[in-house]
Amino acid sequence: MALLEIVDLSVQFHTRDGVVHAVDGVSLAVERGRTLGIVGESGSGKSVTALTVMGLTRLPNATVSGRVRFDGVDLLELESDEMRLIRGRRIAMIFQDPMSSLHPLYTVGWQVEEAILAHEDVSRAKARARALEGLREVGIANAAERLASYPHELSGGMRQRVMIAMALVLDPDVLIADEPTTALDVTVQAQILELIRDLQSERGTAVVLITHDLGVVAETADEVAVMYAGRVAERGSMSTILSVPQHPYTWGLLQSIPRLDAPRLERLHPIPGQPPSLIRVPSGCPFHPRCSHAFSRCPREEPALLEAEAGHAVACHLPVSERRRIGQALQSSLRALEPASPR
Amino acid sequence: MASLAPTDAEAVPRRATPGDGAAAQGPTASRAWSALTSSTARYIGRRLLWGVFLLFVVSGLTFLIFYVFPSADPAALRAGRQATPQLIAQIRHSLGLDKPLYDQYWIYMKGLVLHFDLGYSYQNNVSVRSEIFSRLPATISLTAGAFVVWMLAGIPVGIISAIRPRSLLDRLAMGGSLLAISAPVYWLGLILLLLFSSDIGVVHLLPGSGSYVPLTTDPRQWFLSLVMPWLVLAAAFAAFYARMVRGNLIEAMAEDFVRTARAKGLSERRVIVRHGLRAALTPVVTMAGLDLGILLGGAVLTETVFNIPGVGRFAYDSIVNSDFPAIQGTVLFGAFFIIGANIVVDVLYAFIDPRVRY
Repeated sequence: MALLEIVDLSVQFHTRDGVVHAVDGVSLAVERGRTLGIVGESGSGKSVTALTVMGLTRLPNATVSGRVRFDGVDLLELESDEMRLIRGRRIAMIFQDPMSSLHPLYTVGWQVEEAILAHEDVSRAKARARALEGLREVGIANAAERLASYPHELSGGMRQRVMIAMALVLDPDVLIADEPTTALDVTVQAQILELIRDLQSERGTAVVLITHDLGVVAETADEVAVMYAGRVAERGSMSTILSVPQHPYTWGLLQSIPRLDAPRLERLHPIPGQPPSLIRVPSGCPFHPRCSHAFSRCPREEPALLEAEAGHAVACHLPVSERRRIGQALQSSLRALEPASPR
Repeated sequence: MASLAPTDAEAVPRRATPGDGAAAQGPTASRAWSALTSSTARYIGRRLLWGVFLLFVVSGLTFLIFYVFPSADPAALRAGRQATPQLIAQIRHSLGLDKPLYDQYWIYMKGLVLHFDLGYSYQNNVSVRSEIFSRLPATISLTAGAFVVWMLAGIPVGIISAIRPRSLLDRLAMGGSLLAISAPVYWLGLILLLLFSSDIGVVHLLPGSGSYVPLTTDPRQWFLSLVMPWLVLAAAFAAFYARMVRGNLIEAMAEDFVRTARAKGLSERRVIVRHGLRAALTPVVTMAGLDLGILLGGAVLTETVFNIPGVGRFAYDSIVNSDFPAIQGTVLFGAFFIIGANIVVDVLYAFIDPRVRY
């Protein structure tokens, strides 16, 4: 059984403008030591899914249904106090903007220590020693000195390293990284991804990597779920999805990646239209208004997420043969985007 | 991988050796500290110079306002009823009011700068400086007590409201605070006196107007006589601070770092107090310092309603009596506290927010 398994998860927020269907029947799983990439635009429900796993969407205006099985326990059924013991210690999370995610008024050493002291009955001095060790492990130079630094005194990449140190200092089973590299320079992005990968392989942590950037996922993930309008559009192993992508939305994502090696006259192919409103989700397949392959069935009937082949599920009404043909054609025109071999 | 070559910002060895930076730490830290203190000292010096300049401007403005728009002739007021013109002229001469304005200002400023002399009251010839200093304990008693009351009431109410926004408790607290902010001090003071004072009150509960005695004379009487003034003065401030704390805390609780604190598995209490409140209270400290400075210059209305012999009461009396040296003295005194509080708060800010440097 998978270490973390999300089954038919739905999250709704009741707002003044109406009910927001942020997550709608999502099922995902990640194994120990593996990386699940969740890809999608803003508002596709990927962050809400992660926050729900952490128990951070337990708000008065939120309705959560489904199951989040972690190590044999359904997290959604835990009391708040029990969930708090899992949060940070067994499932840790890092966020997009390391500037605003660290408290500006405390030193980074204090903040890492606090994470330790929240879950373990150790002395300040011991916590400090482990915080120092944690900062060294994520490659922070002059770690002893850095303990006394405030977040604003560090670069963006350093701050994200601090976040990672804080998340991993208690050696959690799962690390959820919500857009961990989006706010960083490209060169720093690669370093942070490599750091996560290294620490993961040392410790066997399961990683859930949330991103809008297929390139990031291609470099890091073992499994991928492409999310759209709070649902999973396509799910499978990284290599299957990259070799024969089968959902029109995934095709759109692949085509809209800017490429330096493309012929100069070639234009970018953005996906037309806007991400849908999650209050009034389009009928049938939520992607149909933006889909160039849509036909009469698409607005009428919502496609189920069905296995096209073993370990590769797609929610689309197009015939499998047709999807394969288009996916293969697309991929041969974009050949350069092979799963980049790590180092 | 080629793209993984460290950039400037990230020029770090992947595994730092133990003890790294230990050698560099000492000198760096002390250098940073001396740079900090010297820049702070320079900053404070600059602010103090500005403060002195401002006091000059305030004194000049008070002088101009008093003489350009005279409310009453101080000499005539002092001469009493049925005074002969000769007597008034004589008094005018003895007060120096027949000299040209610039001369009068010059004489005043000379006394102030050289001898820290605020002149003598037109009313009863006492030294304005010693009058203010003798009244300061009453003003400090009133202000300090009210400060404690409003902080102890305002901050907890603000926190409770922020934690459950739009709950019944929040609505009651915010509705009540609106009332407290809207109620003028003299109205609220009179109502309390009518209800609870031992002379005219419906319930004879507390000593009423004019019952103040210094702390050193009778601590019990001092305390009882100040209960109503404290409550009256604190009411509007408590309400304002409750609203400010509520707003700041609601904003802070929506910050990313609060989400991080929750993700670390901290207790909700700790998330609120150590993370949300810590950020929300920084501007409150600033505000509290400024308000304290303003009130130390004299809580005019409260002191007047409860007849407390403080600096504010003195300021009120001196305006009623066209007593220029007393007006000038109390205005400068108030300005001094306000400017001083501003400087203290700005310096303090660097200590409560590490991002602020001078």
